[in-house]
Amino acid sequence: MPPNAPAAAPKDNREKLLERAMSRHQYSGDALIEVLHTAQELYGFLSPHLLTAIAHKLRLPPSRVLGVASFYHFFSLKPKGEHTFTVCLGTACYVAGALGLVERLEKRCCKAGTTTPDGKVSVETARCIGSCGLAPAVIYDGAVLARVTPEGLDRELERIGAK
Amino acid sequence: MSVKTLEIDGKMVTGMAGETIFSVAWEHGIHIPRLCHIGGISDVGACRLCMVEVEGQRKLQAACLTQIEEGMVVRTDTPRLKAHRKLIVELLMAERNHICAVCVANGACELQELARSMGIDHVRLRYRFPVFPVDTSNERFGMDHNRCVLCTRCVRVCDEVEGAHTWDVFGRGAGSRIISDLGEPWGASESCTGCGKCVQVCPTGALFDKGKTVAEMRKDRGFLKYIVTAREKKQWIG
Repeated sequence: MPPNAPAAAPKDNREKLLERAMSRHQYSGDALIEVLHTAQELYGFLSPHLLTAIAHKLRLPPSRVLGVASFYHFFSLKPKGEHTFTVCLGTACYVAGALGLVERLEKRCCKAGTTTPDGKVSVETARCIGSCGLAPAVIYDGAVLARVTPEGLDRELERIGAK
Repeated sequence: MSVKTLEIDGKMVTGMAGETIFSVAWEHGIHIPRLCHIGGISDVGACRLCMVEVEGQRKLQAACLTQIEEGMVVRTDTPRLKAHRKLIVELLMAERNHICAVCVANGACELQELARSMGIDHVRLRYRFPVFPVDTSNERFGMDHNRCVLCTRCVRVCDEVEGAHTWDVFGRGAGSRIISDLGEPWGASESCTGCGKCVQVCPTGALFDKGKTVAEMRKDRGFLKYIVTAREKKQWIG
């Protein structure tokens, strides 16, 4: 397992929770996306091992499972950092200066769509998160930050101790 | 099954209910261009080359997916459609690295033949020259992603005829590519039976027999009809 993967809980019940999600859908292949959602929530990303297990349980060809997982931006095939910044690049946020936010994050952390080598921060972009009134918006670890400035990002990064 | 009568390019034709414009047109000698369609497997309408005009509808329709209706008036070869198709072929050419002069399928490539029949002697778009790998890990076949047009014939033939579903499409947009199983090299694929159906249906030189050099790859696409007829009707028509 990569060093920055979420540490296994002492008593790992993630497998059980995933199993429950699949059984709730009667192990139907049609439930692939829902099951991938659950797996991503539980593990943080979709490893080849996890995808193989899901393909097997839902009786689907592995290539289709990977095809679906790679099609949607929501699913991540690589481990995410401890903290994730998703900058909205929808029209409203774009006009309000979202590019400056991406620039700042890329300068301080890493290129959009990747994770810093120390596994601290992931930088992502999205096309409209539906919070245009808060433009420019950034999703920081699942919470929406409103009217973000590059300086605001600096403060946030300092708080979590990113380099 | 009821018979439906319609007009295609000014010609009165008939077909069975449920048939597509594409198949009825071909039965009557009207050859609509196509790249992703191949008889014997399902249609997906991916290439958009078979777009036709249907009277009374503003939007163009994919002939391979549109079922015939009584009294339909279809046009398959208007200037608008010709311009449309020409642009599609040019886009395909510019999207990856289609260099006929060094391609195994030179002279037997459906993309090349489309370009030739449309009189495309140059591409008006800037080439993207993407970097794609070539997978030669399989014992007998090779896969050159640079020549792939993402028609997904290989995906469908593997799923529907061979039943292995080794192939699928990874990612989205211009960066998509065909993968085997969980993205491992073709040679390491556990589900691949090595039947080579995908190689035969591939319209370009993306899938090829190993050991073939420039313009040596020739494909047999008739086998598909033979197998599908045998399976569905228990008739082995050579």
